Amino acid sequence: MKLIVAIIRPEKLDDVQQVLAQDDVFLMTVSDVRGFGKQRGFTEVYRGQEVVERMVPKLKLEIAVNDAFVDATVDAIVRAARTGDTGNVGDGKIFILPLDQCIRIRTGEMGPDSIGP
Amino acid sequence: MNPPPNIDTGDTAWMLTSTALVLMMTIPGLALFYGGLVRSKNVLSVLMHSFFCAGLIGVTWVLVGYSLAFAPSDSGWIGGTDFLGLRGVLGSTNALAPTIPHILFVAFQGTFAIITPALISGAFAERMRFSAFAIFILLWSLLIYSPLAHMVWGGGWIATKVGALDFAGGTVVHIASGISALVAALYVGRRIGYGHEPMPPHNLPFTVIGASLLWVGWFGFNAGSALGSNELASLAFLNTNTAAAAAALGWIATERLRTGKPTLLGLASGAVAGLVVITPAAGFVTPGASIIMGLMGGVLCQVAVSLKHHFRYDDALDVVGVHMVGGTLGALSTGFFATSAVNPAIKSLTLGLDGGLFYGGGPSLVWKQLIAIAVTYVFCGGGTFVLLSVINLFIRVRAEEDEEVAGLDLSQHSERAYSLGDAEMVAQVSGELRAATAPPTSGERFSIRLDGIDADAMIKYWRSLCQVHQGPVSPQFKSVYGLVTTVTGTRFRFRGGDREAIRQNLEQLFKPVSPTAKAMIEV
Repeated sequence: MKLIVAIIRPEKLDDVQQVLAQDDVFLMTVSDVRGFGKQRGFTEVYRGQEVVERMVPKLKLEIAVNDAFVDATVDAIVRAARTGDTGNVGDGKIFILPLDQCIRIRTGEMGPDSIGP
Repeated sequence: MNPPPNIDTGDTAWMLTSTALVLMMTIPGLALFYGGLVRSKNVLSVLMHSFFCAGLIGVTWVLVGYSLAFAPSDSGWIGGTDFLGLRGVLGSTNALAPTIPHILFVAFQGTFAIITPALISGAFAERMRFSAFAIFILLWSLLIYSPLAHMVWGGGWIATKVGALDFAGGTVVHIASGISALVAALYVGRRIGYGHEPMPPHNLPFTVIGASLLWVGWFGFNAGSALGSNELASLAFLNTNTAAAAAALGWIATERLRTGKPTLLGLASGAVAGLVVITPAAGFVTPGASIIMGLMGGVLCQVAVSLKHHFRYDDALDVVGVHMVGGTLGALSTGFFATSAVNPAIKSLTLGLDGGLFYGGGPSLVWKQLIAIAVTYVFCGGGTFVLLSVINLFIRVRAEEDEEVAGLDLSQHSERAYSLGDAEMVAQVSGELRAATAPPTSGERFSIRLDGIDADAMIKYWRSLCQVHQGPVSPQFKSVYGLVTTVTGTRFRFRGGDREAIRQNLEQLFKPVSPTAKAMIEV
């Protein structure tokens, strides 16, 4: 089992969800996050005073998958979240973490069976 | 009680309306205008400044403030005591507004007394103790506002000896609050992090709603200052709107040239600046002049606001750049643009002039205006410094560092404007809290394994049992479910309970899946 954590552009969520659904990955947790990497922030001006906003809004997806789904999931996210043909700075990142255990709270089921619908 | 003489119902109706409009400028207009500009941790404290002024001065004006501003006096500096507690006001009229009830004149002027100190609060926003603020506002209102209103409007020496013009409060309201704001900002000092930490407005839509309410409310402020329902009120109304519009354009045009982009905050600030500029002139100038005055106000105030960073004083919400600079520009240009062609009363108000410099009155009116401006600067600026210094002897005016960092909403009022929702609130836990060194014990842990059953079919059936059901739940499931912790394969783990009974119940429970299934206890 793996936990796939993906940071993507907020406007790409729809595309990513659609492509993931084609690979039977439906369940995910999405949060609003802010951060910065290589992408530079943006400048705001209030009454002539410039404020540089370095933290750029992003979405964080957390998707728990069984090992067989890891490659397909990563592929899908990369395909859907990349902007333009070659991609741009700020498209995001994907982290793959080992997942020790997964428990469905309602039934108490554990392990690979408890991932997924 | 006999009805007061010479009451005009049309005038009275308009003045009642104007009074309500001017109060709307403070709450919620100014409150929102300022509230949107601060950081979210201070928004309530800023809203409270305006709202508190409405509360406090709403009372003190009736008891003391009105008399100190409008009761006859010998000195010409401060009103007398004739109207303390509104003695003798009912059933009479005031010579300043002979066609409306005296009591309505009190109410109308009261709304001006409320907004003026509220305007100052933008300068020391985000860092002043509430208790000090409350005392400052009380004293400022009685010892600075009332005397100044008396000098300019209430039959005091600026009106009777100098003859300076102030239609609706360019000096009394805007220069007074603006210079007091400058002194207060310098006295209280800069906010922690000012200059290197960004402090962007937290809610510009609030600010724009507030500016819009100010714009609309200002019709009561300026057109109401005609003190009647007539052509003069209509002229002031149109001039007010024209100047606000021109200044909004002037501000964003300046912005476009200086920083590259026109902003919504600039547009809203420009409108307010234009309203400030036209205030002393609204009933004395032509609509054409109001366009010029508005444009000048928009350009000048935009520049003034951006200069504060060079001077390094922290006037948090630009009371100085908008009200002091705009008010001064308005009062001064009244000396150039006023003309008795639009308002014959100018001749008596200015002690004999036909108008300003551009309308055949010569430079006299400009000098008169300069005297009124200078007196306001010295009186209000000096007075504010004395008041703050005296208050600081008894209670600290500025918030402590940790109070300021936490935000005034929490540290002064124990409230917060925005929370993430219910999950953020933690109910008070009863009983003593203990360190989480070990989980609570609830009996011996054990597992029960089912043999002779297909794992997939079993878990599928178990899941269906765990769904919300209509109708009764089997006693076997009830006895098992509460004690199950986790399920792996066909092994159920339990956190306590009667092992043998649970084993039998589990067997019973899965009979529909596999009649031959055997449950075995494992420890």
